[in-house]
Amino acid sequence: MNFTNFGKYILLLKAVFRRPEKFSIYMKAIFQQMNFIGVGSLGLISIISTFIGAVMTLQIAFQLVSDFIPRTIIGSVTRDSSILELSPTISAIVLAGKIGSAISSEIGTMRVTEQIDALEIMGINSPGYLILPKILAGITMVPVLVIFAMMLSIIGGFFGGTLSGAISAADYIQGITTDFNPYTIVVALVKAFVFGFIITSVPAYEGFYVQGGALEVAQASTRAVVVSCISILACDYIVTQLLL
Amino acid sequence: MIEVQNIHKSFGANKVLQGISGKFKPGVTNLIIGGSGSGKTTLLKCMIGLHKPEEGNVLYDGREFTNMSFEERIEIRKEIGMLFQGSALFDSMTVEENIMFPLNMFTDQPRAEKLERVNFCLERVNLEGKNKLFPAELSGGMKKRVGIARAIAMNPKYLFVDEPNSGLDPKTSIVIDELIKELTEEYNTTTIVVTHDMNSVMGIGDYILFLHQGKKFWEGSNKEIAHTDIEELNDFVFASRFMKAAKKNF
Repeated sequence: MNFTNFGKYILLLKAVFRRPEKFSIYMKAIFQQMNFIGVGSLGLISIISTFIGAVMTLQIAFQLVSDFIPRTIIGSVTRDSSILELSPTISAIVLAGKIGSAISSEIGTMRVTEQIDALEIMGINSPGYLILPKILAGITMVPVLVIFAMMLSIIGGFFGGTLSGAISAADYIQGITTDFNPYTIVVALVKAFVFGFIITSVPAYEGFYVQGGALEVAQASTRAVVVSCISILACDYIVTQLLL
Repeated sequence: MIEVQNIHKSFGANKVLQGISGKFKPGVTNLIIGGSGSGKTTLLKCMIGLHKPEEGNVLYDGREFTNMSFEERIEIRKEIGMLFQGSALFDSMTVEENIMFPLNMFTDQPRAEKLERVNFCLERVNLEGKNKLFPAELSGGMKKRVGIARAIAMNPKYLFVDEPNSGLDPKTSIVIDELIKELTEEYNTTTIVVTHDMNSVMGIGDYILFLHQGKKFWEGSNKEIAHTDIEELNDFVFASRFMKAAKKNF
């Protein structure tokens, strides 16, 4: 995003957080979006997290081949990597593809078919009505999904490691329960909150300002995913730097 | 009454509107006509606040609209109904939900009352019983009629209609035109229709504003338009051989 786009993005967010016309209508929309973002993505996040946990355990076991390093370290490294980095970041990038493109194309199509103009003519704050429920659903449901991703990644690591013989069940369990620092969960949830905001607001911005037709909606959708992914990685670095 | 005063609007170097003024009275069907690119849709969008003119004012019964804040505009927008060229129905909602949408947003009526209003509006546009259909299941003419039903749901004082006949067969076009005229007279709304359909011009044009190259070129009624000597207007209105022949009988 260049500075002009960033300025427009900030102004859009200002409009998004105006007082809603009617809370009951917004609440209904928020729950619909929570269902779409949260429940609708649970399957995908579960599969990805389980496999990432399993593969990570195998790779850590492969790299830590030394008599001086206890095997329990494999469990500890899997746990911390899953919680701190892989679960929030990989989940966010996957969700940026799934949810981000859907949000951008939904709002973009509404723009090119004059549905957003229709909302404005009725006197409805269209950024608030269309984008606020998505952002609120994103910042609540992405952390929930990340918690699931953490658990499943660690469970996936257990099955990947034990079934392949890379680590014994006892060593893995001892590894994941030794020296656990709960602050890592806080860091992960802060990341998930920030990513939830990016995943919903950036695609909404791209869709909201589409001009043209089907081709431009598709281009906006692609741009939304690319910008979201880059923003996620940049914010990942910033949050990690600030909190660790 | 809606009054536009000296409206100027450009997109880059392209001056689309150059000092348009006009008065649109209630209870009559006001038409804005002109060729493609003449600025009629831009004028409409300036009037409803989707475009901000560089110069000029739009007055709704004396209330200056152009420089109002977002919150101030909401009050006037609640009095506006609009039918878009593509109908602009919300795809994810049924016909009933589309029409009920402004009622849900701005009224605290019980559901039964809102449903009664929805059914009345549907009956008014001859679409009784189509409540549960989605926009994708409707024909072009039906979509326009649902668009009109949604536009009149809040009993608007001002009704804007953008190209109501585009993509419709001649018979359906006449039905839509007559419906617009009937609603205008029945509710004494200030109705502004943007069109380049000659059947509409001759059929319902109580007051006509002709735009040419971004300027107001002519204004008058459908009775006067038949007897004008202005070349640009004649070229536009009586472009086809059929209309040229018909002009002799007016």
